[in-house]
Amino acid sequence: MQTAGAEKLLELRVDSKTYVSAAKRPVGVLRDFSFELAAGSFATLVGPSGCGKTTILRIAAGLDRDFRGERRVSPSARIAMVFQEPRLLPWRSVEDNIRIAMHAASVTGDIGEWLERFDLADQRHQYAGELSLGQARRVSMARAMSVHPDLLLLDEPLVSLDEAVAARLRGELRDIADSRKVSILLATHDLEEAAELSDRLLFLAGKPARIVLEKELSIPRRQRDRKTVTALVDEIRTQAPDAGN
Amino acid sequence: MVLWGVVAAAVHSPLLPGPAAVAEALVRDTRSLALPYHLACTLLRVVAAFAIAFSLGMVAGFAMGKSSLVDRVGDPWLIILLNLPALVTIILAYIWVGLNEAAAIAAVALNKFPNVVVLTREGTRALSPELEDVADVFRLSWPARIHHIVLPQLAPYLAAAFRSGISIIWKIVLVVELIGRPNGVGFVLGSAFSLFDMVTIFAYSFAFIAIMLAVESLLVQPLERNANRWRRKAA
Repeated sequence: MQTAGAEKLLELRVDSKTYVSAAKRPVGVLRDFSFELAAGSFATLVGPSGCGKTTILRIAAGLDRDFRGERRVSPSARIAMVFQEPRLLPWRSVEDNIRIAMHAASVTGDIGEWLERFDLADQRHQYAGELSLGQARRVSMARAMSVHPDLLLLDEPLVSLDEAVAARLRGELRDIADSRKVSILLATHDLEEAAELSDRLLFLAGKPARIVLEKELSIPRRQRDRKTVTALVDEIRTQAPDAGN
Repeated sequence: MVLWGVVAAAVHSPLLPGPAAVAEALVRDTRSLALPYHLACTLLRVVAAFAIAFSLGMVAGFAMGKSSLVDRVGDPWLIILLNLPALVTIILAYIWVGLNEAAAIAAVALNKFPNVVVLTREGTRALSPELEDVADVFRLSWPARIHHIVLPQLAPYLAAAFRSGISIIWKIVLVVELIGRPNGVGFVLGSAFSLFDMVTIFAYSFAFIAIMLAVESLLVQPLERNANRWRRKAA
């Protein structure tokens, strides 16, 4: 997959998405949601917890087909996802967790390199069930990146990590975003993280949720320092006072 | 052993032979190869019945755990099989299939089968939908799913089925042999019973128990340990 400017990797239109609650009542999650992800771009869904970000990612991944609307992904596109919980196979080693995904995607490559990049070399032969949450999160991200996805879906991948680890993972994300070989859709409630990493922000609000504000970030990722990020966040807050935190 | 020897010597009855007489019978029948022969017959039946019951039971249990339609259709049959006395299946198998090896093995397998189904179904219902998502997103092939995702989750249930199943089979295979086979430990015990030959009954029972314990410690427990090796050890 190459970066032919306006080529759409993912087109998603959700007219409505409801689920039936335990009390047998239909609950609306999304309404009139639609967006496109250009090849090689980085979009972020921002909104409070429980507003439907995970649902959108699951629909984009093709895991949830029970909605009214349309999902279009290039059939050759390889998808990878980092779930909110790491979702590793606890009965397989760190190395095997990554290898199984690579094997399914018929990707050959050096697992050691991925372990190195995510600071997991010492955990290589440990069972995934024995890892700390921070380590497991890193394995989950290494697993997703190791398959060389065209579309990478990230569901709050940095939540509840200590700052050093989070910073390191943000750096990895920035690097692969800059490579422009992969389109990324990130869901987060952290406005700063969103402003630091993405090309485009989509703010979700309401019940059922829809996009209340869309914002392109024109400053190149590399040139965003702490000051620009803070300025961006302040600017967004004035436009959408209830967006993120 | 000492207590047994003392009591046997005290009562001095053919109904309670002493350890020496039993040991002598064990050695004699081992030398004549009668004991190994009958043990082998029984063991082969156990293995065959077990393999059939386990493989069919796993498939049926998985299907029932996955599909509520299959579950609804299969459940009444499962309840019948679970509660049907072993003797009924054995007699029906011998009458309908004939007094042959196939009937004997089928009867044992049929007694074990519902137990495997129940446990596999429970395990299948408990499979993690989260890990199924992972398999879907990363497009794991079916063999890879079964090997890396399904079987490790079913392992505790299968281990339970293995263990409880083997104990059912030990119990039933002897009855099957007693009723309609010309060899095996059950057959020998049956003939010894009609002759009130307590020495032979003791000798074969001990040999049988020894085999059971060997299977348990050399096969069942290592398999369980292997399936659980990734779990954190309790402190």
